[in-house]
Amino acid sequence: MTPLLQVTGIEKRYGARIGCADVNFDLYPGEVMGIVGESGSGKSTLLNCLAGHLKPDAGQVIFDTRADGPVDTVTMSEPARRMLGRTDWAFVHQHARDGLRMNVSAGGNIGERLMAVGARHYGDIRNRAVDWLDRVEIAEGRVDDRPSAFSGGMQQRLQIARNLVTEPRLVFMDEPTGGLDVSVQARLLDLLRGLVRQMGLSALIVTHDLAVVRLLADRLMVMKDGHVVESGLTDQVLDDPQHAYTQLLVSSVLQV
Amino acid sequence: MSDYNFAYLDEQTKRMIRRAILKGLAVPGYQVPFASREMPMPYGWGTGGVQVSAATLTPEDTFKVIDQGSDDTTNAVSIRKFFEKTAGVAVTEETEQASVIQTRHRIPEAELTEDQILVYQVPIPEPLRFLEPRETETRKMHSLEEYGLMHVKLYEDISQHGAIATSYAYPVKVSDRYVMDPSPIPKFDNPKLEMAAIQLFGAGREQRIYAVPPYTKVVSLDFEDFPFEATKADHACDLCAAEDSYLDEVILDDAGNRMFVCSDTDYCRGRREAGHVGRLGEEAA
Amino acid sequence: MYVAVKGGERAIENAHAWLAEERRGDTSVAELSIAQIREQLSLAVNRVMAEGSLYDPDLAALAIKQARGDLIEAIFLIRAYRTTLPRFGATEPVETGDMACDRRISATFKDAPGGQVLGPTFDYTHRLLDFKLAAEGEVPAAPAAEPRHEPTPHITEFLQGEDIIQREPESDATPGDLTREPMSYPAGRDIRLQSLTRGDEGFVLGLAYSTQRGYARNHAFVGELRIGTVAVEMEIPELGFAIEIGEVELTECETVNQFAGSKTEPPQFTRGYGLVFGQTERKAISMALVDRALRWRELGEDFLGAAAQDEEFVLSHADNIQATGFLEHIKLPHYVDFQSELELVRKLRREAGVDEVREAAE
Repeated sequence: MTPLLQVTGIEKRYGARIGCADVNFDLYPGEVMGIVGESGSGKSTLLNCLAGHLKPDAGQVIFDTRADGPVDTVTMSEPARRMLGRTDWAFVHQHARDGLRMNVSAGGNIGERLMAVGARHYGDIRNRAVDWLDRVEIAEGRVDDRPSAFSGGMQQRLQIARNLVTEPRLVFMDEPTGGLDVSVQARLLDLLRGLVRQMGLSALIVTHDLAVVRLLADRLMVMKDGHVVESGLTDQVLDDPQHAYTQLLVSSVLQV
Repeated sequence: MSDYNFAYLDEQTKRMIRRAILKGLAVPGYQVPFASREMPMPYGWGTGGVQVSAATLTPEDTFKVIDQGSDDTTNAVSIRKFFEKTAGVAVTEETEQASVIQTRHRIPEAELTEDQILVYQVPIPEPLRFLEPRETETRKMHSLEEYGLMHVKLYEDISQHGAIATSYAYPVKVSDRYVMDPSPIPKFDNPKLEMAAIQLFGAGREQRIYAVPPYTKVVSLDFEDFPFEATKADHACDLCAAEDSYLDEVILDDAGNRMFVCSDTDYCRGRREAGHVGRLGEEAA
Repeated sequence: MYVAVKGGERAIENAHAWLAEERRGDTSVAELSIAQIREQLSLAVNRVMAEGSLYDPDLAALAIKQARGDLIEAIFLIRAYRTTLPRFGATEPVETGDMACDRRISATFKDAPGGQVLGPTFDYTHRLLDFKLAAEGEVPAAPAAEPRHEPTPHITEFLQGEDIIQREPESDATPGDLTREPMSYPAGRDIRLQSLTRGDEGFVLGLAYSTQRGYARNHAFVGELRIGTVAVEMEIPELGFAIEIGEVELTECETVNQFAGSKTEPPQFTRGYGLVFGQTERKAISMALVDRALRWRELGEDFLGAAAQDEEFVLSHADNIQATGFLEHIKLPHYVDFQSELELVRKLRREAGVDEVREAAE
């Protein structure tokens, strides 16, 4: 089976400092990969390089496109990459405000990706938006409300709906539960887990929270100082960490 | 006024403007940047249209200027006088007689021909400007054909008002590629944008020229279930009885009585001369 | 029967005639002469030259007379005239270091070669209306001293000697001309400075003031303000060398700004620059502050969202001829578009049943 994403030799430097270096992995359809580490570990840099928000200094990010097969997205033209970003790829930001249009209604936010790829029937667009609000557990009556009137958790769920409406094959998530209350986080994780399974999504999730990867990720990579120090199946890595840093991370998690 | 070159602008400037016009015709609906010159009338009062007309006119042309559809509004008079002085071209109020027509906010009711050029005065050339104030962003959106935001705006209108809430300067897609602002013409005029004449658009202050060649496809943006409608007031002209022309509403007295008359004064005159009489009109002597 | 209002042409002619009468005012009062405006309202003349981008005091004075004292209207006249002038070529850059200074001050040093020379400034006047002026008396001659012959080097040269102030990048490239090319962003510093020097004084002043109040504060010190005449030289192709073709009065302001250090530059003072036709201090200083604010990107600073840092905002709105043209155009008839809006709102109200409800209630 062709990997959905093949990453080889990704490196990003800031002057003399390494952002991330020597990152290699494959991601298969339906797989969820967690990228964990503390602040400054390079995980967000890596995610942004993979998602095309930053240009890496070296390496390839080969995505299996529907039309042309495996293509290196690092060297792709900007129009093609932006089109990918509206269709097969999705990016869930840590702060919902970065991933939503705050002055556009919930329905408009969800409908935008549909309209960007040519949807031209208002009724259909609205129905699909309402459908998605339901799937992310937002009341249908809020379809015309602005996200500025939503709670943090609702905004995040709206962001997810906005991203998933075009049924992307690969979702990048940057600390999707960061900044939310614990109970809200739990609900969101549950929702994400359900959606990922139902839709057969592949996902790359950056987080410092091991509970998130435990719940969502099939595999994980542990990063420290810009390098991947350990990787493998989530359960294996978390239950039997080999690298000293991973052991430190795992043991630091408060058991409540 | 013999101190000035024909039509005021020097030949270098005219050449520069013509190059921009040709680029505009080659890429219908695309906004071509041009080095707009300071003109003797203020920015915002038609300097773009005036520069395009000045670069387009030849001594053999017959020139018509309308504003709000009328030849007699003050700014139309002012611009017509300017070209009479600096170009000495023949001028006319009759649409059929004109070879170059400069207009503000209307398309003439009479169908234009392949021998005519229509020059529009444009205040804000960028259709996305009110959604996205940055020029750097809108330029990118045009080049990448990223017009989703435009449809989001139409969606929001319908969700808030039940209908698309744009009644003039209604955005169009030209030749299936560029989204264009047709200048602040009422949406009633949008269907006329597909015509046999050359259409040139000049925005002096914003420094942009764009164009629509004859017989180019121009489609007003809409949704399949909320299709574009070229609506006007539901009346006939009270002077000439025209049912199909855009109307001005005129308040007649303190009691608020009103009448509706053709905005296109030449069209109305022509109909009245041909014997048509409206509700409040009089038989021609 | 309704007769369409006609007579736009006659209305305009009559309006122009009345305007001419108003401009002249009471004919029993002496008419203003160009020379009077040029001599006695020279600061107004300076502003018109600076924002009109044309150095000609007589023309500026005529424009002020024709514009009845409305300086933006006068600037418009000068700009429109400038467009028609043929261009013979470009002069050499002027040497402000060789300026014959009438006024030269520095806030950063107590004294420096060339001295602190107050010049004809309002700075230390007491702003009390002088009713003697209403009586139009003669003014006694000011005391004169020996003219100074020593050179007056730029203050910033001393700081440069210590390498404690950034050097301006040297370049032989021909600067752009914003009157000949359409504006595009990002704009180079040459275009930004041109835009600022001919920008509306009030607008640039407001922006400069905003930086001082904390909207992208850049801790400006006036390193030097100098006002005086400089020679204008132009290379004549037939001669093969440059000759002096005249002189102009300029105001130059160099600010010294504190640098807070960043990842890419070691700590150095940074600079802002203002250069304006005539004695036009307020503008020159404002220009230097806004110039400095707009340099945040090349200095590796953060964009704080301040208006003065926003290049597209500043340059799009600095030109008062564009601004007033577009502002005042809303006086033009817009009734065709208003009619469309009327019809739309009426329709939406009908569909919402608003008017029916209201009628039912009455």
